[in-house]
Amino acid sequence: MRKIFDFHGGIHPQENKHQSLQTPIRDAGIPPELVLPLGQHIGAPASPIVEVGQRVLKGQMIAEPLGFVSVPVHAPTSGTVSAIEDRQIAHPSGLQAPCIVIASDGRDEWAPLTTAADYRQLAREELLARIRNAGIAGMGGAGFPSAVKLSTRPGSQVNTLIINGTECEPYITADDVLMREQPGRIVAGARILQHLLAPGETLIGIEDNKPEAIAALRAAAQGTEIEVVVFPTKYPSGGEKQLIEILTGKQVPSGGLPLDIGVICQNVGSVVAIHDAIVEGRPLISRVTTVTGEAIAEPGNFTVLLGTPMQYLLARAGYRAEQNRRLIMGGPMMGFTVPDANVPIVKTTNCLLAPGHGELPAPSPAQACIRCGMCAQACPVSLLPQQLFWFAQGKEFEKLESHQLFDCIECGACSWVCPSNIPLVQYYRASKAEVLQLRRDHERSDQSRMRFEARQARLEREEAEKTAKRAARKQAAQQRAQAAAAGGSGDEDPIQAAIDRAKAKKAAQQAGGAQHDASEQEKLEKAVVTTRQRLETASSKLAQAQAEGSDLVTALQTGVDKTRAKLAAAEKALQEFQQAGPALTAGDAAGDPAAAAIARAMAARQADAAMAPADKARNQLQGLEQRLEKTRDRLASSQANGDEQKIIEALAMTVTRLEEKVSAAREQLKNPGDA
Amino acid sequence: MLEFIVQYPLLSALLALVGLGAVFGAVLGFAAVQFKTEGNPIADQINALLPQTQCGQCGYPGCRPYAEAVANGEAINKCPPGGEAGIQALAALLDLEVIPLDEEHGEEKVKAVAFIREAECIGCTKCIQACPVDAILGAAKQMHTVIASECTGCDLCLEPCPVDCIDMIPQRESLQTWHWPLPDPASREPQVIATDAEAAEDRAA
Ligand code: SF4
Ligand code: SF4
Ligand code: SF4
Ligand code: SF4
Repeated sequence: MRKIFDFHGGIHPQENKHQSLQTPIRDAGIPPELVLPLGQHIGAPASPIVEVGQRVLKGQMIAEPLGFVSVPVHAPTSGTVSAIEDRQIAHPSGLQAPCIVIASDGRDEWAPLTTAADYRQLAREELLARIRNAGIAGMGGAGFPSAVKLSTRPGSQVNTLIINGTECEPYITADDVLMREQPGRIVAGARILQHLLAPGETLIGIEDNKPEAIAALRAAAQGTEIEVVVFPTKYPSGGEKQLIEILTGKQVPSGGLPLDIGVICQNVGSVVAIHDAIVEGRPLISRVTTVTGEAIAEPGNFTVLLGTPMQYLLARAGYRAEQNRRLIMGGPMMGFTVPDANVPIVKTTNCLLAPGHGELPAPSPAQACIRCGMCAQACPVSLLPQQLFWFAQGKEFEKLESHQLFDCIECGACSWVCPSNIPLVQYYRASKAEVLQLRRDHERSDQSRMRFEARQARLEREEAEKTAKRAARKQAAQQRAQAAAAGGSGDEDPIQAAIDRAKAKKAAQQAGGAQHDASEQEKLEKAVVTTRQRLETASSKLAQAQAEGSDLVTALQTGVDKTRAKLAAAEKALQEFQQAGPALTAGDAAGDPAAAAIARAMAARQADAAMAPADKARNQLQGLEQRLEKTRDRLASSQANGDEQKIIEALAMTVTRLEEKVSAAREQLKNPGDA
Repeated sequence: MLEFIVQYPLLSALLALVGLGAVFGAVLGFAAVQFKTEGNPIADQINALLPQTQCGQCGYPGCRPYAEAVANGEAINKCPPGGEAGIQALAALLDLEVIPLDEEHGEEKVKAVAFIREAECIGCTKCIQACPVDAILGAAKQMHTVIASECTGCDLCLEPCPVDCIDMIPQRESLQTWHWPLPDPASREPQVIATDAEAAEDRAA
């Protein structure tokens, strides 16, 4: 007989387990619609690999894991994917989450499975990959991916493998019936884990309130080195860290993992799932769930497909909705009220509790803490619940953390014993979440600060670069000026001289309207003069060629013609400039084409405004008539030319439109009163 | 030496004290020079408490300048994104009284993230220049977009956009952000499922 240890605190609530132990496990059957949330475990949600309308087979992977701490989702029966959308899930928030919805076809057709005749032949990595691909996540309640838990770092030695069959929470019997009815599969699964982890010892821990399960497992473990350890019933001995302390006497360090002291824990449900996945190749698509409470006519345990709506399962057990105030997923200590009876069963749904009216009444209102210290006595983690309560009320997060808030397992023992009915756990849950939120916010604000500072540095750098460039340019100019002054006029640098000349010219150009005009006129005059010179030389050359009878005559002739045309254009431009010049230079907008355009437009508008309305209308009419005339001409010419039908039609349309406008304008001119 | 002490106990005690004072003074003076702290430690601490939204609602060009102003005696209630919690944290740090948020600078809002309606963006890069944390990506005449995970929700990019194609989308509560609320002491709604009636009677007995 091995030595059993005890952990601090703990409570003995009413067990209420017999109600659901009257019948063997029943099969819940295939519901018409299955809703499979993509995140049924701790870690990243899976990502769908099927499309709406696609037919899927039972056991086919429909969503693949995203990242290391993630597991896939499989189709629990054959059917068609009818939707991939947000649905309400079993979560205390009542929020929606992405789900794959499958309409079952009732044929329950299996996908091909990869079985292993002898798992001993498989490599460690292969075994872990199969466990992961089977979608197994801790079925005791938390839903931590089993493969992650089992991937021990090389070099770390597992001394003790613990199979958790404690099931300490009231009402729940899912693990109990599993141990009674399928002890062989549990032992076989434990042997797979033994092969995988090579632990020093393997223990199955069961509370002494389950004699049938103990007897069944002892019989099944006969001849193996697996030991079934029985210990007194006490809540919460099923907590991982508590069970480890009971069986080994060792405590998991605060903030540490069981593996730190060489222990790995697996729930019996997960062990059966691992067995099925390795030996039969079956992924995790169903689980055993207890349906109990006074509002259930035939309480008991069901093998239920994941994704089954709770409503469907409850109907199987004879649910009397009128007697039920609230539906709880999980047990009375750590469970939560589900937002709706239609949410799906997931991998962690170990119990549906539908209490009747007299059962689980609302606690009477909380009173002030009387500092009785009962909570501290009951706490299995030896925390100081009433201290934590004060800090939580005052939102003193630093103190909460220094009082090991994060070691609290949210077992509810403190609330249970509290004579003032203070919902202590609720405070811890809220505070934990708030602390995590603050940490996340702080990380984010740090990130923003870094980005802000980086941007600030970048702007400064750019500014500095700019000023440096400006300074360099100024300096260079000064140096040149000095050099010019020192060098004297004798040996002037030709390049410098050219630059200076260009600068002087530019300055002259910028100096103002009148000068600008003068230079413009100069330019034009110069153009006329040079073109005339070119024409002269070209003509003399042409004359010479004609005298010699050269064959270049035609080419020269065209050259002369072109130059003559250019000369004419230049002369015309000069003339126009001289005429327009005085008018433009009169305004202060001289020389700036944009300003000139604006000035013109304004002048036109003013003229328009000054005109009498009748004059305006007459002008308009004139314009319209002109346009009409032109369009008619074009229409006639395109008809004569036999243009495309489309163009002719468009022109005809324009003509009719213009005609209408002209007649309207005429009307208006006749009765100006309308305007 | 011993004789001197025996002969003039008072004088030697005095000398010893003066000597000690001189030695420690020298050590402290050296330490002050050697381990001089860089920057302004109080402003740093204040800055660490500010939300780093960099929105300028406090009237300063960013959180850091406001932190420096607070270190020099500016009121602690001018940061709307920090809200009540921020004021409380600042008050605790500086040992000041908690005062309500100054309405003039705006009110506490749900956190939002900017979103550019990309089809309407004309690629003018104005929003990039406005964003204090470089959370907008784009190039001239190209579509722009906001890196949602870096956006602080400061609203500064809305105003410069000539085609008004930026929306601030308030962040909805999701499964990732939801958490249990603190229990309401006045509420009679069952919040925690602690036990059942029989057990309660057992306890009473
Ligand atoms: S809920 Fe937390 S504080 Fe309360 S008894 Fe359990 S572990 Fe201790
Ligand atoms: S109001 Fe607050 S968040 Fe905005 S810049 Fe000022 S200190 Fe920063
Ligand atoms: S994207 Fe807009 S709202 Fe977001 S941080 Fe940048 S400027 Fe502020
Ligand atoms: S300011 Fe508006 S239009 Fe300009 S780049 Fe940004 S989003 Fe596009």
